[in-house]
Amino acid sequence: MKVFVAVKRVIDYNVKVRVKADGTGVETANVKMSMNPFDEIGVEEALRLREAGKAEEVVAVGLGPRQCQETIRTALAMGADRGIHVKTDAELQPLAVAKLLKAVIEEERPGLVILGKQAIDDDSSQTGQMTAALLGWPQATFASRLDIGNESARVTREVDGGLETVDVKMPCVVTTDLRLNEPRYASLPNIMKAKKKPIDEKTPEELGVDAAPRLETLRVTEPPGREAGIKVESVAELVDKLRNEAGVI
Amino acid sequence: MAVLVVAEHDNAELKDPTFNTVTAAAEIDDDAHVLVAGAGCRAVADAAAAIAAVRKVLLVDDAAYEHRLAEAMAPLLVSLADGYDAVLAPADTFGKDLMPRAAALADAAQISDIQEVVSPDTFVRPIYAGNALATVRSPDATKFMTVRATAFAAAEATGGAAPVEETASAGDPGLSTYVGSEVSGKERPELASARVVVSGGRGMQSGDNFRLIENVADRLGAAVGASRAAVDAGFVPNDYQVGQTGKIVAPELYVAVGISGAIQHLAGMKDSKVIVAINKDEEAPIFQVADFGLVADLFDALPELEKELEKIGL
Ligand SMILES: Cc1cc2nc3c(=O)[nH]c(=O)nc-3n(C[C@H](O)[C@H](O)[C@H](O)COP(=O)(O)OP(=O)(O)OC[C@H]3O[C@@H](n4cnc5c(N)ncnc54)[C@H](O)[C@@H]3O)c2cc1C
Repeated sequence: MKVFVAVKRVIDYNVKVRVKADGTGVETANVKMSMNPFDEIGVEEALRLREAGKAEEVVAVGLGPRQCQETIRTALAMGADRGIHVKTDAELQPLAVAKLLKAVIEEERPGLVILGKQAIDDDSSQTGQMTAALLGWPQATFASRLDIGNESARVTREVDGGLETVDVKMPCVVTTDLRLNEPRYASLPNIMKAKKKPIDEKTPEELGVDAAPRLETLRVTEPPGREAGIKVESVAELVDKLRNEAGVI
Repeated sequence: MAVLVVAEHDNAELKDPTFNTVTAAAEIDDDAHVLVAGAGCRAVADAAAAIAAVRKVLLVDDAAYEHRLAEAMAPLLVSLADGYDAVLAPADTFGKDLMPRAAALADAAQISDIQEVVSPDTFVRPIYAGNALATVRSPDATKFMTVRATAFAAAEATGGAAPVEETASAGDPGLSTYVGSEVSGKERPELASARVVVSGGRGMQSGDNFRLIENVADRLGAAVGASRAAVDAGFVPNDYQVGQTGKIVAPELYVAVGISGAIQHLAGMKDSKVIVAINKDEEAPIFQVADFGLVADLFDALPELEKELEKIGL
């Protein structure tokens, strides 16, 4: 079985994001970029499937501008076999990404597609579900455990009430949650090896997909801040303030 | 045009976020309808019909929807969507799973986690863990959206008498099957809608020590939450996680104990009315958002807090 993993290049989770003064977006110049953490979990899961003999090949797919190749290389350095880069400088929204992924998936016919449950930039949490919908495949979202069989996969999902287990037919789309695994670091020899692994380039035009954004972002603003509070000296003072000043207990 | 809210329920009762989602729907258009899809869920439809702001309830009672799996629910939504300006569900694991699938089937964009209705086609949503707010406009005839429950008041549960219309099932595509659930303890209020939340972080050191949190929570009638670090360490179950990638809460009172205040955690609780932080590190970033900060060792502070609460009769 071939496993596809989608990898997105996002502002690193440690960066304090700043809104641009002109309200068109957030500052990305000279900001550290990394692979979306949920996608690292996706790559790790795919690699473990290969190591367990359940998958033969792991393909990392990235979509976006030239710099996405760095993210694909990171996946290759972790151990993915090859990469596919759908290259475009246009803004990509989840529906467009899903359509592009569908097009590459139909060309390559993987048995399993793994995505992160959300990207930590737009926080949309849509692409996996949309990709599954367009393919007519089942989706196992927010996975914290994945057991792949021949005909179906058993997936434990992190849901609001606790954990839910579902069986989904193969092929399927899985989106990763935080507890699925702990991603490995790329070793230096593997980083070197990754430089020689192939990355196939494609464009939305070649794939025959209209990737134009649907939603129009009118403005991006900073949220209202919280007023600075006070330090209390003791638990007794805290309780007094909560009861008599804030009136919340 | 009308707006359809997809009810979140367990075939017996409506879940809290449905009420907030109805409020968002009514802000888009007065003609708010609720879809109750499930198995043996007539009582849920009746409860939805009693919500004051609801004008009509669509009831689809079919075994295919017993567990409301997205593979079955999404085609149903699409079959109903035509007559609606918008289809809404809460932005929790139920709505996040379902709505993108339905939107894609309808070739529509999806708008996640709206926190404000600017106009019937323009909405505000948080991005980058709430460090920025995007105002977006959708050109789609039917907009598929998820709603941040904490940003909208809960609709009045009574006073309405909407008609309940039985609606045709779209059947089960047979792609997925429900196997089972592991539900965490139900003794306490729902984390996402509780009036008071007490959360513990890595500083708690163990799951057993969460008893100290629970003792305080019991006196306050509070839900118990946690940071990702506390969940990853196995102190508490996954559904306790508050944050960018966990639950969003905005209670009257949020007490963060042994939590440093990473942006991913703040994203889930910074809209709480009053925030209390208990941390032994006075430099911890959580103090920057706390209304009341106590620099103390939590192993002293929590038992003391329990005693002080007892003193005032809680
Ligand atoms: C993709 C991604 C998603 C994430 N999503 C979330 C999310 O949804 N929610 C979330 O919470 N985090 C999330 N995180 C993790 C986040 O970045 C932090 O790592 C996490 O919130 C830290 O948890 P913590 O504050 O409990 O632990 P730490 O940062 O280790 O803080 C522990 C605190 O406890 C204090 N302490 C220790 N002992 C005591 C004591 N005896 N008395 C008093 N204080 C004490 C310390 O001073 C310290 O401030 C995410 C991270 C990533 C990369």
